[in-house]
Amino acid sequence: MINILEAAETVRMITQENLDVRTITMGISLLDCISEDLEQLRSNIFRKITEKAKDLVQVGNDIAKEYGIPIVNKRISVTPIGLVGAAACKCPEDYVLIAQTLDDAARAVGVNFLGGFSAVVSKGMTRAEENLIRAIPKALSRTEFVCASVNVGSTRCGIDMDAIRLLGEIVLETARLTKDRDSLGCAKLVVFCNAPDDNPFMAGAFHGVTEGDTVINVGVSGPGVVKTALEAVRGESFEVLCETIKRTAFKVTRVGQLVAQEASRRLGVPFGILDLSLAPTPAIGDSVADILHEIGVEYAGAPGTTAALALLNDQVKKGGVMASSYVGGLSGAFIPVSEDQGMIEAVEAGALHLEKLEAMTCVCSVGLDMIAIPGDTKASTISGIIADEMAIGMVNAKTTAVRLIPVMGKGVGETVEFGGLLGHAPIMSVNAFGCDAFISRKGRIPAPIHSFKN
Amino acid sequence: MKKIIITVVGKDTVGIIAKVCTYLADHNVNILDISQTIVGGYFNMMMVTDPSASGVDAGQMSDELTALGEGMGLSIRVMGEDIFNAMHRV
Repeated sequence: MINILEAAETVRMITQENLDVRTITMGISLLDCISEDLEQLRSNIFRKITEKAKDLVQVGNDIAKEYGIPIVNKRISVTPIGLVGAAACKCPEDYVLIAQTLDDAARAVGVNFLGGFSAVVSKGMTRAEENLIRAIPKALSRTEFVCASVNVGSTRCGIDMDAIRLLGEIVLETARLTKDRDSLGCAKLVVFCNAPDDNPFMAGAFHGVTEGDTVINVGVSGPGVVKTALEAVRGESFEVLCETIKRTAFKVTRVGQLVAQEASRRLGVPFGILDLSLAPTPAIGDSVADILHEIGVEYAGAPGTTAALALLNDQVKKGGVMASSYVGGLSGAFIPVSEDQGMIEAVEAGALHLEKLEAMTCVCSVGLDMIAIPGDTKASTISGIIADEMAIGMVNAKTTAVRLIPVMGKGVGETVEFGGLLGHAPIMSVNAFGCDAFISRKGRIPAPIHSFKN
Repeated sequence: MKKIIITVVGKDTVGIIAKVCTYLADHNVNILDISQTIVGGYFNMMMVTDPSASGVDAGQMSDELTALGEGMGLSIRVMGEDIFNAMHRV
C-alpha cells in the first residue's frame, strides 16, 4: 500500500514542480496513401489521419483526468512526406498543397502539431525530396500545425552538403515569409543528423519507414522535479548527485510508461517507445539551465557547464532506461534557448554564446535549438552552422539538430517573443567571418571511418 | 477493482475530513484507508477509496472534489492508484 509521504511526493511533483507528460504522439504511416494523382493522395491522407487519430485527444484528456497528471500535448507524426508525395508531386507547389491537407487533418482531430513534412536525404536528394525542401517556406507560412524537418546526414552515410547549402536559403526564406510573426515559421523547421524514426517531440517528429502502421510514442518531462531533488543534496559528492538524478528520472519515466501503456491500450494502437527527455518550458521552475545551476555553475555557459550537462544527460538515461520497456526517440536533456527561462537569463547575462552551446550539444540531446539570430545573417553562415552541428552528430554517432530563427528586421540585443511553449529569446550574435567557399563546394562529406563496422 | 487515491493538502481547519467523507458517502464510495500528517506546516490527508459500487467515475469525482476543496481553500486531487504504484514500486 502506498504511504502518505509517497503520495504527497507525487502530488508535489505535479502541482509544484511541473511534472507532466509532455506529449502523446501518434505515429501514422502514410505509405498506403500513395497515389500518382495528387487529389487522390490528399484525400487518402486526410482520411487515414482523421480515422486513426479521431480519439487521440479525447483519450489523452481522459487519462490526464483519471491519473491527475497533465498531458500537455497530443500530436501526430507521419511518414516523411518527401516519400509519400514523390509520385504525385511534380513541383514544390504540389507539396504545399499536401501541407495544407495535413493542416486540415490536424485541425479536424484537434492535435496541436503534426510532424513529418520531412525528407531524409543523408546521402542525396531525389527530385521529389528537393521539391519538398523547396516547398518548406510556403508550407510553414500557410499552415498552422505542420512541422517540417530534414535529415541531412548520418554516421552511416555522411553529410549531404548540397542539402545543407539549400537549407541555408530555405531557413532564411521561411523567416522572410513569416516576418510578420517574428519569423516564427523557423521554429517549426529542424535540420537533423541521425534523426530517430520514433521521436515524439516537435518540431522534429516524423514516423520513420522502419515503423509499423500506427504507433503510440510518449515523451515525458520534468526538469523541475530534478531541480527540486537536487536542492536537497547541495554540497554532496558526485556519487550522491548522480544517484539523486537517476532515482528522480526513474520516477518521472515510470509515469510516462504508465500513460503510454494506457494510451496504447485504449486506442488499440501498439506502444512504440518512451522518450525520456528533460524538456524545459518557459515556465519558472521548468528549466534545464536551473538544474545546471543547482549542480554548481553560476550560469549555463560558465566553465564546467559541459561536464555538468554530460553527467545530467547520462544519469537521466540510466535512471529512465530501467523504468520503461522501450526507450527511444531523443532521450536526454534538451537545451533550447527560448524555451528555457534559465538559458534566456544566461544569454542575457553574457554567460552563454553560440559556440558554448555547440560544445554542449556534444554531450546531450539534441542540438542548437530555438536560437534567435540576427535577420541579416547570410545563408552560407546558416549552412556553416548547420554543417558544424551535423559533423558533431556524424562523428559521435548521436542525433544532433539545428533549429535557428533568423529574426527579420531585428539584431543582436533585441528580443523576440514567440509566445506559449516557444517562449521568448534574446537575439544572439553569430560569428561574422565567412564560409562561402566551403559551403559552395558541391557534393557530400563521406561517412567517417568508424561507420565501417561490418 | 481500481482504487482511487484522494489527497488533500492545505491549511488545517475544522471539518475537512467530514466534508470529504460526506461527499464520498453521498456517492457510495467506500473508504478503505485514511492517513494524515503535517508536512511543512500543511495538513496532508490521503484516502484510499473504492468507487466500484458508486455511479461516479474518476473524472467526475475529480471535478466535484476539486470544487469542494476550492471552497475551503484546500487542494484536493483525485488520482488513480496506478500512478503512485508506478512511481514508487518497482
